[in-house]
Parts: sequence; C-alpha cells; structure tokens
Amino acid sequence: MFMLGPLGFTAPWLLLGLLALPVLWLVLRAVPPAPIRRRFPGVALLLGLTDDESQTDKTPWWLLLLRMLAIAAVIVGFAGPILNPQQERAGTGPLLVLIDGTWADARDWPRRIDRVEALLAEAARNARPVALVQTTDLPEGGVPFQAADAWQARLPGLTPAAWEPDAEDLAAWAAALSGRFDTFWLSDGAARDTRLPLLEALERHGTVTVFESPRPIYALRPARFEDGQIALTALRARADEVAEVTVTATGLDPNGVERDLARATAEFELGEDAAEVALVLPPELRNRITRFAVSGVRSAAAVTLTDDSLKRREVALIAGREDREGLELLSPLHFLHQALEPSADLIGGDLVDILLANPDVIVLADVAKVTETEEAALLEWLDQGGLLVRFAGPRLAASDVSRDAEDALMPVRLRAGGRTVGGAMSWGAPKALRPFPDNSPFFGLPVPADVTVSAQVMAQPGPELAERSIAALADGTPLVTRKRVGQGQIVLFHVTANAEWSSLPLSGLFVQMLERLAISTRPAQPSAEDLAGTVWVPEDLLNAFGEIGGAGNMPGVPGEALASGLPSHRLPPGLYAGEDRRIALNIFSADKRLAAASWPARIVIEGLSVARETFLKGAFLAAALVLLALDIIASLFLSGRLRGPRAGVAAVLMLVLVLPTDAPAQTADDTLALAATSEVVLAHVLSGDARVDRIAAAGLRGLSEKLAQRTSVEPAAPIAVSLETDELSFFPFLYWPITANQPRPSAAAYARLNRYLRTGGMILMDTRDADVAQFGGGSPEARKLQELARPLDIPPLEPIPEDHVLTRTFYLLQDFPGRFAARDVWVEAAPPDAELAEGMPFRNLNDGVTPVVIGGNDWAAAWAVDDRGLQMFPVGRGYAGERQREIAYRFGINLVMHVLTGNYKSDQVHVPALLDRLGQ
Amino acid sequence: MSTPAALRSRAEDLAAPLPPLLAEAEHLAATVLLGEHGRRRAGMGDEFWQYRPATPGDEARSIDWRRSGRSDQHFVREKEWQAAQSVLIWVDDAQSMRFAGDAGRVSKAGRARVLALALSVLLIRGGERVGLSGFDLPPRRGELQLLRLAEAFSHEGAAPDYGVPEARGMLPHSRALFLSDFMGDMAPVEAALAKAADRGVKGALLQVLDPQEEAFPFDGRTIFESMSGSLRHETLKAGDLRGRYLERLAQRKARLADLTRIAGWHYDCHHTGESAQGALLWLFRALERVR
Repeated sequence: MFMLGPLGFTAPWLLLGLLALPVLWLVLRAVPPAPIRRRFPGVALLLGLTDDESQTDKTPWWLLLLRMLAIAAVIVGFAGPILNPQQERAGTGPLLVLIDGTWADARDWPRRIDRVEALLAEAARNARPVALVQTTDLPEGGVPFQAADAWQARLPGLTPAAWEPDAEDLAAWAAALSGRFDTFWLSDGAARDTRLPLLEALERHGTVTVFESPRPIYALRPARFEDGQIALTALRARADEVAEVTVTATGLDPNGVERDLARATAEFELGEDAAEVALVLPPELRNRITRFAVSGVRSAAAVTLTDDSLKRREVALIAGREDREGLELLSPLHFLHQALEPSADLIGGDLVDILLANPDVIVLADVAKVTETEEAALLEWLDQGGLLVRFAGPRLAASDVSRDAEDALMPVRLRAGGRTVGGAMSWGAPKALRPFPDNSPFFGLPVPADVTVSAQVMAQPGPELAERSIAALADGTPLVTRKRVGQGQIVLFHVTANAEWSSLPLSGLFVQMLERLAISTRPAQPSAEDLAGTVWVPEDLLNAFGEIGGAGNMPGVPGEALASGLPSHRLPPGLYAGEDRRIALNIFSADKRLAAASWPARIVIEGLSVARETFLKGAFLAAALVLLALDIIASLFLSGRLRGPRAGVAAVLMLVLVLPTDAPAQTADDTLALAATSEVVLAHVLSGDARVDRIAAAGLRGLSEKLAQRTSVEPAAPIAVSLETDELSFFPFLYWPITANQPRPSAAAYARLNRYLRTGGMILMDTRDADVAQFGGGSPEARKLQELARPLDIPPLEPIPEDHVLTRTFYLLQDFPGRFAARDVWVEAAPPDAELAEGMPFRNLNDGVTPVVIGGNDWAAAWAVDDRGLQMFPVGRGYAGERQREIAYRFGINLVMHVLTGNYKSDQVHVPALLDRLGQ
Repeated sequence: MSTPAALRSRAEDLAAPLPPLLAEAEHLAATVLLGEHGRRRAGMGDEFWQYRPATPGDEARSIDWRRSGRSDQHFVREKEWQAAQSVLIWVDDAQSMRFAGDAGRVSKAGRARVLALALSVLLIRGGERVGLSGFDLPPRRGELQLLRLAEAFSHEGAAPDYGVPEARGMLPHSRALFLSDFMGDMAPVEAALAKAADRGVKGALLQVLDPQEEAFPFDGRTIFESMSGSLRHETLKAGDLRGRYLERLAQRKARLADLTRIAGWHYDCHHTGESAQGALLWLFRALERVR
C-alpha cells in the first residue's frame, strides 16, 4: 500500500492522473465561457465599442483553480484514500493474548475487548494460532492455542472478575508453560506482586508486548466510623496530578427506593495517592447506607459495601434513680455510658418520648415499675423487635415486681429480697461466673477470673428457668436471663449496671456481652478466631463493574476464609450474612495500597487505542461534487446569467453549503409573570366573546379604581388571561364571565384551574343572566356553567348565608347585586358542625376562603367604567339604581378583601375571648 | 392590440379622463379651414367676436347698423376667427420598436401607437384634423378618421430595423408628432426636422424606450443583435460596456433635445415601464404650448 503520512491509497497509480492537471489548466484557460445571444435594439449604440480588458476572454484563475481542485478530488477519491490504514504487525508462530481480567480492567473493558479483537484479526491475517487467557480465570493444562477465529467468537462472552489473580495458581500455571510463543499482555495498570515473576516466565518463551490504558484507577477503602463521622479513603494509582472525585453514599430511602443519600468530594493533592473524605450524617440516614462508590468509575474497587460495622444502634438509657448528684461512679448508667458511647448512639429522656423515637435497645437500670400505658407501649415496641435490657438494683429488689406472677416485662419470676454473698455479714466468698453454655449468645467468651458477684436478685425456680438463663454464677444461680417476646426479647441482668453488686461492669467481659447482645456494635474487621467455625451465606455479590447482584445459589463460605479479607473466585466480594450480623467483603481492605504497575524498561508498552481505518473515498467525491456545484454558480455568475430568480436560488444554495443550521430556541416570554406579580392585579378569563371580554376588563378597571380610592389595596390595570396558555397562579382573583358559546377548556387548562382552586385562588363565575333566569335555571349560560364547572374541583356549595364572612370583610352587606339584583349567589358551604358563636350574631366559621363565588348578577357591567372614568352601563333607575351600583362596588370590595385577607374577619368571633384573656 | 376595435377601445379608455384639446393655431395661412372653435381674434366665422368703431376703408355693408344706431359712431361687427388645426403623426413601425425587454411589458411600438391614437382621439374631439405624415392618410376630422388611424396603426408588415421619420406631405404651419425610439441613424431625423422647420411646422418628438435600453443590465460574454439580426456586436464583458453605452445614449438624447429646440419643437423621453398617462399628458401640453 502506498502511504502518504497517515493516508494510504488502495489504487495509487490513479494518482498519476494528477500529472494531467497542468495540461487541463492550459486547455481550460484557453476556452472562454460560451456567449449569450441577446436581441437588443440598443446595439446600434454599441457598435464600435471594444472590450478594454484582453484577459477576460480566458477563464479567470480562481474558477480554474476550483475546477482543478474538483478534478483533483475526483482523482484522489478514486485512488482509494484510507486514513490510518491498519499497519500489519509482523510475526509468526503462536501468540498468547494475556488479559489481567481484574476489577481494574472493568473501567474500560469494551476498549480492551476492541483491542483484543484487533489483535485477533491481525493474528488471523497472519494465520497465527492464538491463545486467549485471563489471569483470573486460568485454563487447565497449559495454553490452549487455537485458530484466531475460534477466539473471536468467544470474545463477547468475556467478563472481568472482581478479584485479583491467585498468586500460587498463577505461579503454577507460569511454570507449566512450554514451547515458543509471543505474548501480548493487556495489563490492567495496577501494581501486583505476581507481575514480575510472570513476566520473566513469559519472556523465557518469546517476546512480550504490554498494552496499558493511561486512564486513572480509583479505589475506595471501607468506610470507618470515626469521631461521629464516616471517614472514607479514596485511592488512586497515579499521583501525578491534582484530581477530584465524588464519593456517593447509596441506600434505600424511606420509601424503599434506592437513591444517593449523600455525596462528598475527595480531592487528591499533587503527589498524594490517597484522599480522605468525611461525611457527617444523622444516624437515621447513616444506617440506611448500603454502599459507597466513586461516582463515574465503573469498577468494583471503587465501590465499598457497608455492613453492620457502620450501623450504630440507638440505645435509650433509663435509670430508676438519678438523684445522687456528684457521685458519677455510682450512677447506674455510668458504666453503660462508658461501654456504649464509642459504638452506639445514646438517647435519654422520658420513656414515652423515647418510644416515639423507636430505639433499637432500651436499657432500664434498676427501674421497678412502669405505668400501664408505658407497659403497653413497651410491649408493642417489643413485639416489633425491640430489645429491652433490664438491670437489677436495690429498687427492683425492694419492689414486688414479678414476685407472685411473672411480670410481662421480666424474663423470670424473682424471689423476694435477693441475696448477698461474700459481704461482711455473710458467709462465703463472692461468686465467680460459670463458663457460658453453648446455647448462650455469650458462648465462647472467655470468663475472667476476677469478675465476681457479691449481690444479686434471685430467680424463682421454674420449669423454664434453665432455658431462659443465658449466664450463671459458679453455683448455678442465673446471672442473666432472657425471654423472647414477639420478635423482640427481654434480657435481665440480675446485678446492677454499676459496680455496686458485682465487678462485672468493670471488666472487658461486660462490653463483650453487650456486643453479643447486639446492644453495641463490633469493631470493623472480625478476626479469624471470631469467625472460626462459622459459615457465612453470601447475600449480595459485587461484580467487577461495581454492580450489585444477587448471590444465586452460591454455597456458604467458612468464616476463616472470610476473615482473610482477600476476595478470590471462591470468595467473591459482596455482603455475607451470618447468624446475627452481616459482614461486607470489599476488594480493598483498610490497609491495602493501590499503585500503578511498573514494567522493566525492556518491555514495549503500547496504548489501548485502536486507530480505526477511515475510508476517505466518499468524502473526496463529495467534496468534488460540492466544488462542481460551486463551479456552476461561479460560471453562471461569470457569464452574467446569475440574476433574477437564479441569483436567489444560488444564494440559498451557498447559504446551505456554508452555514450550519442554527436556531436557538427562544426563551419563554415572562412579561405576563412580571406584570402579574409586581403588583396586585385583578384578572378576568377570556371568554372568546370580544364584547364580554371588553366589559369584564372595564368592570375590573372600575373595581380596581374603587379599591384604590377606598382601601389600601391598589391594584394595577387588570389583565386578561387565557385558560389555555397563561399561568394562573399569579392571580389572587379571577373573574370568569360565562357565555353560552364559550369553548370548553382543555384538560391541561382544567388541571391548571384545579391547582389554582386548591392552592387558594378564587374564581367569581358570572352567568350574567339574573334578569331573565333564576340561578340553576335553564338559561343557556347556566347550562354552560354546569358543563364548564363539572371537571372543576369545587366543594359543596350553598347560597351565601347571612353570616358568611363575605358580608363583613370590608362593608356590612346583605345583598350582592351587580347590574341585576338577584339573591342567588352561591359560595362554598359552611361545615355542618358550625355553631353559633357565643355572644356573636354569626357562627364560628373561621376557616378557608371560598374557592368559587357563583352568581348571575353581571357584576362587571355594574362596575364597568370607560377610559374617562364614566359608567358604561345604567344600573336600575334613578337614585335606587345608583344605590344598587354602590352596593355592587361594595360587594366587589368585600370580595377582593375576602380573597386577600382570608378569614380574618371571621376570626373576630374570638375577640371577646381575647379581650377576656387580656383582662379587659 | 392587433384588432382595430381593441386598439381603439384602449385608446378611448386612455383618452377619457382628459378634457378635449383645444389646440391653438399660431399661424394661419392658406390652409385655413373653418372649425368649430374660435381663435380668440377677429376673423371669419359664425360667432360674434366684438364691435369696433368703423374706420375709413370699411365697407358700408359691414357696418352694424343696429349697434351704430344706439350711438353717434358707426360700429363694425366682427366675428371670431374660427379655424381647425392639422396634426400629422408619425409612429415608427420599425422592427426595433417591437422590442420588449420583459415578457410582461408592452413593446415600444405598442405603447407608441396607443399614445398616438389617444392623442388623436383628443384632437379629433377638439375638432382638429389628424392624419399620418406621408400621403397615406391626410388629415381629416371626424370619428371615421379615428377608425382609419387605428387601422393604419394596426398594420404590421415587413419593416427595416430602424425607422426613418416621414416628413413628406406636411402642410405648412401644421403640427407634427414623431413617436420613435430614435435608435437608428440620426441624419434622417435631422433632415426631417429641418424640413419641418422650413415649412413652419411645429410639434413634439417623443422618444419611447424600454427600461432595459435605459439600464443596460447585462453582463458576461454576450452577442447583441438587432431585431432582424442585421446588426450584431459581440462582447466578452457586457458589464464593462454599460458606462459607455449609457454615455452614448445620453449623447443621443442631448442631440435630440438640441435639434428639437432649434426647430422649435418639444422633446421628451418616455419609458414603457412607466404609465402611458404621463406621456399623453405631456403630449397634450406640448401641442398646446406652441403659441
């Protein structure tokens, strides 16, 4: 293939045609453009005139250049130009394509597959046998060399693994290699101890070429709980520049939907490969987090699952007596505080209040009696899985709780008095603890010899005592008893929570016992001894891409393996559940480091990018066509035929050729919003009837003037709104004249109207027919009103009652006339339980503004004034008519006052009570 | 256009808005023919003009005794001099006149004929005698003459490229109107005007041009041909010729204006792209202005 920089040609001989271009130049130059014949009487005047420029009989140079370029483009186009033609990689013999296939590969897995595909295609061209091996999934018995096509078919099925290659397996596999082959190693870019030995082993068999992506690798260490905040450490492989990553915390929200609960930004300083980020979250939110992830990074290492170690239980501590000021060490809660503080959230307070907070654990230290309501609430809480821990004490011992019959909140019956051993007045030494039985949650805890009990309350022997006892003294008397209630349990420590009766609270055993009871939470990583002999069932597993999936029917794993904290194909990373807790196995443990792979200088390292072949033939031919089109226009221009409609067409063509399309969307016009919100504005709905709309506007103008004259409301000029297009929420009040042939608003308009009514807007609907029809009668407007109002969210209505707040918001009114004086004006019905207020002539109706006022009195016509402020329509006759107009204005003012001030006047019902309270 | 009736009706339409032309004769010579309207001076006619005191030499029979009886003097009753004017029209019917620069535009010949006939209508309504120069259609009066004129204008036959003014058959001291594009040779025009001036004929000369001839909106390599193809001129850059063409056209117009001024005629240039009304008004005024 003939190469010219990055360009290759499939038919380079055609390029010789370019040599003909100078000849073409001469030929084209000599031929002038064809003349036009014109009939023109003025030719008589032209006779004898000569062309002064002799050059014009030849084609101008730029047109020539255009044509030459077009022809050159055609020649080059047919010569088959290819950008970045695939370079052949020479080589013979078997080829091993080795993919790391770890979590670090997942970030750009498709590109790796592309690269492998290109390598395979190349090998297929060279007829080399190929073996494709993932270090995380080593084939049995050496390297399976096959034809490249066979591997290509398997390529889409390859996925990276979420763990790293096992060092021993890898070493064994490398040692078993035989024969000569070249190796292409697609490295994931992370440093690993197994790399160099493997590289040396491979180099013994042939040359090794390494492919590596320069894209950064990020990882997250498990979240820690430190000083009341969640601390996270983000790692990166290369510390060569300042970078910023966002860490998101994901979990279920209260609705059970998984979402990002919090996010924080970790900033990598120059030269630092780790960045700390701290999240301060309320316990409610913190306990919901299931995982943290570096957002935008598609890799299992960038995800860290949380387990119980991050969860902090809410523990409520309640003591029976806390009246001893200053004696901190004697406080029944002191040792509990000390033991629980680091690992749990402690709350205190009244029992009823605490139950509202729904804590995980309630500790009652020497509390004998609870009230009946408290008991009921506690039992309900226990039923739902609460853990009630009680400690004995002098008060419990002195009371008769659970003496005769077993108390609902006690695990066992108690004998009166309790006992004291090893004291000054008693025989015997203080008792030590017996090793815990294997049915006890404390089983396995070492019993320190120095823990002694000198006093305790005694359990009444009974058939179920042995079963309920989970810890006992050396002489067999129960020390801790437990009873299950519903899903919860009650645990009684037969000693005090302070050091008064025993030295238990002073020992480490006390803390461990609390842990075992799941009162406090455990340290982050359990040790192998802790987990020895246990079996853990995987709940959720993490794949290499950082996605969480179910575990399917994967068998349980032994606790020892889990404690090692090293994910492998037998132990994929994920969340493992044991008997009473869950452990997250993450790829990065708290001390694991991340670094970039370093290769010896002799190794050739190539990028992953595959240069795609681009065939340019089409582009060149298209360019030639464009040039020829330009040539047409230019020729027309030169020969003087580019005028009239042709010029227009040519201009359009040029524009299409030259200009890209650009049509920025116009921003929405919000002048209406500005006009409606900068001042109080009355608005009317456009009915579609120009005359009605004009009257409505004039009516609102008249009402606005009157409002401005008489009240502190000074509305701006009224606005006409279209239900279909305008936003209604700016307007406190809408006047809606109903016409018989009004179009029905669309569904979207109804949705807007309903939202408007629900959020406190008011519509005055006016059928304007009170002169001819009673309300609800059969006038066309009334029927239209019924049709229009049917989809509206209108509450039950009633004729305006005498004590409605509209009768007294500004003026005292009993009639609501407009141009007509019908009594039928309907408003939202008062609640049926409204009662006559004491000492007041009206009912106790202090709630809400009626969303609609419906009538037919044609108020707008009564209010309407023209531009000069003169009344537009006569109302009634003579003085009585003017009085009616005045009352109409007063109704309008009352209405607007009602809209703007709400039930303020209705609240005057309470004036006597207020005065009374003020002592007047 | 080609049917006489259509031509006449269009001409009548055009002529309708204007008042009848009352041409004023400047000189009266042997060709005086009694017309309908007076010449505002004493002379032979039917209408009373004025009484004047009798002077010695007046015939006794010319004394108006009824008027003289009311005073001590003798008065002679004079009558208004009534005479009709002869107007001769020449409309160029050469092929160059058949040019129309745009398909929607009327040709120069068409416009010239309509103008000529409209003026004829006006003149004949005013009682004048109208005819064509040359010997084909001598000036006559009456509606019939309009029909004859219309027929003569409608006649299209073989014609040379450029027209030559017909100055024969002009009555002395009559009026003449030449309508042409005057694109051809100027010598016959000069000769015709000189001959007219010799005979005391006054008149108007209207140059009818197409807007394309005025603007020369051509560009590129072009071969210009006259209407019959007898003349041709080839250019490679027509745009370059525009300036010089317009210069020549202006020279020709100036020459025509000069010639007409010397001969006591009127000259104007009319474009077919404009309204014919203006041109008719100018013609009307031009023929009236001669005093």
